[in-house]
Amino acid sequence: MALKDPVRVRSVQPGDLAEVIGIDAGITGMRKPDYWSEILQRYGSGRRRQRFFLVAEAGGRIEGFAIGEVRDWEYGMPPCGWVFAIGVRPDARLAGIGTRLLDAICAGFRRLGVTTVRTILARDNSLILSFFRSQGLMAAPFIALEKDLER
Amino acid sequence: MKLQKNTLAAIYSVLEFAANPGRQLSAAEIARQYRISPHHLAKVLRSLGRTGLLESVRGVGGGYRFTGNAKRLTLMDVIELFEDVGAPRRSGRRAARRDPAAAGPSPLEVEDAVGVVLAEIDEIAEATFRSITLDTMLKLVARRRK
Repeated sequence: MALKDPVRVRSVQPGDLAEVIGIDAGITGMRKPDYWSEILQRYGSGRRRQRFFLVAEAGGRIEGFAIGEVRDWEYGMPPCGWVFAIGVRPDARLAGIGTRLLDAICAGFRRLGVTTVRTILARDNSLILSFFRSQGLMAAPFIALEKDLER
Repeated sequence: MKLQKNTLAAIYSVLEFAANPGRQLSAAEIARQYRISPHHLAKVLRSLGRTGLLESVRGVGGGYRFTGNAKRLTLMDVIELFEDVGAPRRSGRRAARRDPAAAGPSPLEVEDAVGVVLAEIDEIAEATFRSITLDTMLKLVARRRK
């Protein structure tokens, strides 16, 4: 699929948030305005250069977003870039927007001297898992563990 | 999840077809490249043909041609054609019955606990196979060639 208008990837602006909330709600089925306001403050203020909140815009409409951060010694590992969230409007998929967003965030990580990008996903999220696999991400040397504290 | 010979032969074959879209390949050609018995591979290709992933080309120099979508078809889609992946393990995440008078764990409890770990491994393997398309595999081959 090709979009009519050219896609531009840029840093988020406060005025983009309503559309980002809408894209996320369309994907997850839940509107989380308070959560996104906090994310905007934390990742979209531009105060910390290791934090990235990018949006993809085409024809004046936000088509997708990606959020990430360079973290030092997380889980005992040398500094690396983490992608926390990536989302593309369902009707704008298969146009390379996710790839553009991931490429842009990885370029930001590289500028900070980081050579590894990581993410964590639900293993039943085949769509996003397939996307990251198609971008060359492989299993990391971690195993995510959890415990039900009620049992 | 341990893959059977048939399954591996099917994976090698669909990758070979997906890497050469539009080209017709015979069982003998693929069998030679992957050192598989041609007779064995012919059966695998017939199975793939029945599912619609390959179409058979008749006549002299006949063979098969890929008709699937490499960007959509995952390794799991191929595996499921040859393996009974839906079959539940003997034990699952359920409380095992226990004899209250017994000092140690009962065989049922041990089997249950081992089953939980094996099921966990299977779930991870399945999620991995389900997330990797043929197109992604071909990119992996290309990256490893560099």
